[in-house]
Amino acid sequence: MSVKASPGMGAALLAVVALAAVPATNIPPYYLAFLYLIFFWIAMATSWNILSGYAGYWSFGHAAFFGTGVYTSATLATKFGVPFLLTLPVAACVAALLGSAIGFVVFRLQRLRGELFALITISMTFVVATIISNTPIDGGSGVYLISVPLPEAFGSQNGTIYLLGLFMATLTIGTAWWVFRSKMGLGLFAIHDDEDVAEVKGVPTFRYKIAAFALSSGIAGAAGGVYSIYVSYVTVGETFEVTVIMYPVVMSIFGGSRHWLGPAFGAVIVTTALYGFAAGPQASLVRGGVALGLIVVVLLLPDGVMPSLQRWWRILLPGLAPRQVLPELLVPTPRATGAVLAQIAPPLLQCRDVTKTFGGVRALKGITLDVRPGEILGLVGPNGSGKSTLINVITGHFQLNAGSVTFDGTSIEGMPAHRVARLGIARSYQIPRPFNRLTVLGNVALAASFGGGVGEAEAERLASYWLTYTGLAKKAFDYPVQLNLHERKFLELARGLAARPRILLLDEVLSGLNNTEIDEALGLMRDIRDRGTTIIFVEHLMRAVVALSDRVAVLNNGALIAVGTPEETMRNPEVVSVYLGKAHAS
Amino acid sequence: MPSLSLLEQSLITGVLTGGLYGLLALGLSMSWGLLRLVNLGHFAIALLGAYITWWLGTAYGVAPWLAGAIIVVAFFIYGVALHWVFMRFAVTEMASMLITFALAVIVESTLQFIWTADFRRYETPWGSESWIVGSLYVPKLNLMAFLVACLLAGGTWAWLRYTYVGRALRACAEDAPIAIAYGINHRRLSFILSGLCAAYAGVAGVFIALVATLAPSQIWSWVGVVFAVVIIGRLGNPVGALAGGILIGVCEALTMAVINPSWAALVSFSVLIALLLFKPRWV
Repeated sequence: MSVKASPGMGAALLAVVALAAVPATNIPPYYLAFLYLIFFWIAMATSWNILSGYAGYWSFGHAAFFGTGVYTSATLATKFGVPFLLTLPVAACVAALLGSAIGFVVFRLQRLRGELFALITISMTFVVATIISNTPIDGGSGVYLISVPLPEAFGSQNGTIYLLGLFMATLTIGTAWWVFRSKMGLGLFAIHDDEDVAEVKGVPTFRYKIAAFALSSGIAGAAGGVYSIYVSYVTVGETFEVTVIMYPVVMSIFGGSRHWLGPAFGAVIVTTALYGFAAGPQASLVRGGVALGLIVVVLLLPDGVMPSLQRWWRILLPGLAPRQVLPELLVPTPRATGAVLAQIAPPLLQCRDVTKTFGGVRALKGITLDVRPGEILGLVGPNGSGKSTLINVITGHFQLNAGSVTFDGTSIEGMPAHRVARLGIARSYQIPRPFNRLTVLGNVALAASFGGGVGEAEAERLASYWLTYTGLAKKAFDYPVQLNLHERKFLELARGLAARPRILLLDEVLSGLNNTEIDEALGLMRDIRDRGTTIIFVEHLMRAVVALSDRVAVLNNGALIAVGTPEETMRNPEVVSVYLGKAHAS
Repeated sequence: MPSLSLLEQSLITGVLTGGLYGLLALGLSMSWGLLRLVNLGHFAIALLGAYITWWLGTAYGVAPWLAGAIIVVAFFIYGVALHWVFMRFAVTEMASMLITFALAVIVESTLQFIWTADFRRYETPWGSESWIVGSLYVPKLNLMAFLVACLLAGGTWAWLRYTYVGRALRACAEDAPIAIAYGINHRRLSFILSGLCAAYAGVAGVFIALVATLAPSQIWSWVGVVFAVVIIGRLGNPVGALAGGILIGVCEALTMAVINPSWAALVSFSVLIALLLFKPRWV
């Protein structure tokens, strides 16, 4: 998204300049330190939120990255005499590297990713603490930074620390805003809602998570570097404290973790409320109190205060509310009409001996099947015959155990699902799996943007087109929970179409619809094919299969038992016996 | 290279400590595997149980077994109440971690507020008793903790495998809507299980009080170790939890003997990372 000058950005710039001038006034150092702490927690909470809030991977390890930064800066400045300001980018890099390494291990997992991520990050905090206190990095006695030279701003080191804090807070909010508005932000929100679907729709989930985690931990590292000179004496006990883990979480969730500014707002409120209690005998009570607050917020206000603030804001300043107008439709240019091609062109998709096992169960036993460009291929078979598994193999969601899948000459087995999507293979889900916290328009735009590989403005206009096409234009700004089953099925269809696929795989798009709705859907599917998209559709409803298919492929027990025109296959004795029992087969 | 008898001794220490890890992991593994709730507060209430045992014992002379009985009942009620809150607010797996993390912080703060951050040691007459086998010492209390861990793990395993309630619980973990459709009372069962998990934490707490030195911050040093044990032993598998505990306990004890005691804290984390790197399908 291009960055245009707006009144909001002007105001933000003005605020930063005004805050930067504060040390020039004769403000007592006490207030300067207080403001620094607010900046510090803004940077910590906002950076935590870039991965944990946007993508829903809760990190309990922010203290580890913060502490890595603290000790990187402290060690470089005291033991190696590196100028302090130069230590900060190094601190950021070391912390980001650590974050990426952890992400590399955990983000590859197929199951329990979120839970294991939380557990690994929480133990990492104590592992890093153990390493630092048992090696000469700290050695158990702490590190003094009193004599580390620091350039003076406005005539004092306090001024410099204040400005560094302000710089970090501004940089972090800016980064969070940029990610929020970027394609990556959209991808992270999709990961939050349903990671598997996001990957199949073309979101490079692994890369995005690593990138977000590196940003998040790197910023925490730099903030830690600044903090080391602020406290001027660092110890393992105070650096890797449980409050450093907890406060960013509390601030982000209280403020609102789905908004880029939520954590900063939470940081200001919580820091102000707690200032003055932080030390002394009540420290443990305050910590307990904040923990209690966290429980209350998670149970009663899971979205934080930001949504309410936005509502008031819109009531007070109605002119600034986003207008809910469908973007101008962008009509996609049709491909060469397919029906004619079907007989002559080489196969678009070739499955050769595709085998997939789950434990001891052989779900697909060597399927060999060609799909011709421009055809409508019906995929039928009893429940459990392997239809959905085949779809999941073709879209790259399941890795196959043996055999090969070739799409337009490119071998796609073993390819991550998001790359398969980018090649032009899209699917719909039998039970609709929309991204529940994106609008209907956002759902479709995401598919256009990631699967179709177009820019964001174009993606929204394409999405408007496909919503109009599927009759959902009126619901564009609703959320998927507000749709009925029929509309959710059509949302699935619109998401599939918006990716501009060359092959569209439809998994029981008609189930649960009434007769009128089925006729409407059949019309749409013919029209889609006539625009040049090849269709594979899984269906139990024989009326639709016969009416629509150019060819029908029949699966039974993971094996392909017949392929041919609907008439041929329906007369095939083996098919008849599968559907009606042996007695009718003769 | 340390002497053979030192290695043998650390092997015994490792197995016995592993029993304690297994005891701590048991409740956690059950609630994660069968209730889909990740309870970061499990260690906190185990330590709370340990403090209560110590406090009842030193201030009022209550015997550990009596304290244990009180704790088990009280914690069972706590477990049921906690689960009621989770059901009432439809708490998700991820949100359950935030809430139980906060609970752990609350318990830690409370312990620190009442009994300060100082180390506490429960001196009992049996604390230093050991059987001597050849040149090796087998501390009686640690052995007892180990045996109780075996008993509970085995009993839970049999309970899940052979009783109606156990089979119903596993069915619910597999596919709750279907299990409910078959007439299983999911709610009542999950309350029992949640209470039981908390009661297990209480049992672990009693033994922690008897064999270890107490400090509020210990909650956090256990989190990594015990969750590694739970994952190595596979979720919802009581015998696996015990086996995982023994594996980690032995690895730690050997690290202490061969390398350096302070690096033992890294063992479970390294094992877990190695497992996830090389056997990602284990989980």
